Amino acid sequence: MALPGVVLLLAFQYVPLLGNVIAFKDYLPFVGIGDSPWVGFDNFRIILDGDPRFLNALTNTLLITLVQVVLVFPIPIALALALNSFVSERIKRLVQSVLYLPHFLSWVIVVAVFQQFLGGAGMINNFLRSQGGDTFSIIGNPDAFIPLITAQVVWKDSGWATILFLAVLSRVSTELYEASSVDGAGRWRQMWHVTLPALRPIIVLLLILKLGDALSVGFEQIILQQPAVGLQASEVLDTYVYNNGIVDQNWSQAAAVGLVKGLVAVVLVWGANKVAHLFGEDGLYRS
Amino acid sequence: MTTMTSESRTRARRTMSGGQARPSVPATIAKGTVFSIACALVILPFIGIVATSMAPAEQISAAGGLVLFPERLDFSAYDAILSGGIVTRALGVSVLVTVGGTAVSLTVSSLLAYTLTRRALPFRRGLTLLVVVSLFFSPGLLPTYLAVQSYGLLNSLAALILPTALSAFNVIVLRAFFGGLPPDILDAAEIDGASEMRLLTSIVIPLSKAALAVIGLFYAVGYWNAFFSALIYLNDSAMWPLQLVLRTYVVDDNTITGYDLASDVIPAQPALQMAILVISVLPILLVYPWLQKHFAKGALTGAIKG
Repeated sequence: MALPGVVLLLAFQYVPLLGNVIAFKDYLPFVGIGDSPWVGFDNFRIILDGDPRFLNALTNTLLITLVQVVLVFPIPIALALALNSFVSERIKRLVQSVLYLPHFLSWVIVVAVFQQFLGGAGMINNFLRSQGGDTFSIIGNPDAFIPLITAQVVWKDSGWATILFLAVLSRVSTELYEASSVDGAGRWRQMWHVTLPALRPIIVLLLILKLGDALSVGFEQIILQQPAVGLQASEVLDTYVYNNGIVDQNWSQAAAVGLVKGLVAVVLVWGANKVAHLFGEDGLYRS
Repeated sequence: MTTMTSESRTRARRTMSGGQARPSVPATIAKGTVFSIACALVILPFIGIVATSMAPAEQISAAGGLVLFPERLDFSAYDAILSGGIVTRALGVSVLVTVGGTAVSLTVSSLLAYTLTRRALPFRRGLTLLVVVSLFFSPGLLPTYLAVQSYGLLNSLAALILPTALSAFNVIVLRAFFGGLPPDILDAAEIDGASEMRLLTSIVIPLSKAALAVIGLFYAVGYWNAFFSALIYLNDSAMWPLQLVLRTYVVDDNTITGYDLASDVIPAQPALQMAILVISVLPILLVYPWLQKHFAKGALTGAIKG
């Protein structure tokens, strides 16, 4: 009975895992993986020698990750804290339902919506033009690329993350609040001594997962908008693997970059988990 | 003593039911404003999109693009995209992949999840390991592409289904749910001579309808929204799902011609583009109430604890 599932797992997870050997070969599509010549670590030169295209992709990736951890990560925490202190359950639920919706839309739709509103011929620019005002250029402007994709991530996913935090907050024992209130704690002290400590485990968990994804930033989101802004501003490691591998057919070099990226992600998660244990948190798993 | 009681009573008036201190009025107004703006930022784009898709051509060209309310309702954009051209075909492909894919995913996932709960089964630990390990490693884009290519799946709709048909995460959620069913019923049926398949179809599945519905919805949303697999695995535009059509004609802003639409009447481009957007979003909006209800309740809490 488990056979169909096992076949799918083997065919699309484990066999491709073995396919990573092309990183150590000079893969030629017409002779196949098996007969392509071994080249050792030659393909990894691109990383070690600092090929400019690769370095550009790496820098953009790290920059976007940094922005997303520092600026985007705290937003849902703040939203959840603010929403949690609302008195009316009905308003709470209504706001959640609205903010959470974009999470289920595809990136194609999100990018299309942003273009329709912020683009050169978008609604807001059209309005400014009709009022005789100055227009702005956000879509297709390389300098505005990182702010733009950051805004898209916030619009699409901050509602979803807010619900995660709210779910944890709803399980905080009311006795803790009552006890602290009897002891004379006001709003801010309750937040500092009760609410935030309750959120700490999930914050640590999500940060660890985020670290594992540090080298994979918004692949679909970026590939959709790449033609408009060019590679210099928008190439990240994932799009580099795609453009260099599938589009330009440098299979082995791109696979080497993909393989290193995958290994770094595993090491990052493992390391972050160790650090979390040092600080007395459970983290992702405990052995 | 008396002062203590009156003091704690005052305190009680200042706290909410959950023991949390009551926020001050200015703070509540500030928060209310922030949330109103946030909600407007989500809702307004949809109003603009729906309104433009139904607005008459004169109004759209006067506005130079999107409008916020149609002067009169004009459904010619919907007539045009549903008259049998590339958008109609893509809609058919998307529906087919979503329905077919969800059926495949649910069947394979419940079979696998069920076997993982049966203690008597040989290799159970090995199978569990196989599923769990796959959660932590991603084989990478190029090796996956080469595998799909070597199976001869390029340029077929199966390439949009099979590579993503099994989500290890969903299998683990289902296994947890199946494992939580009362074992007595299964034991009794087993003594009565029911086969494993019979146990699954007559007992486990009927008892797990809600869980299966949620997992099914998540698979369905995934198939409906999938864009990248279609981009890399398909060459033939006759097989394009809706998301690729959306990218070509809305994101990349290519002109939609009468030839693409198989129609003589060509409504305003913005109306056509927004109508395509509307039919891509509509199914998600229709299932959203269920997604939200179940997600907030069950699947999520399991995911956090697990």
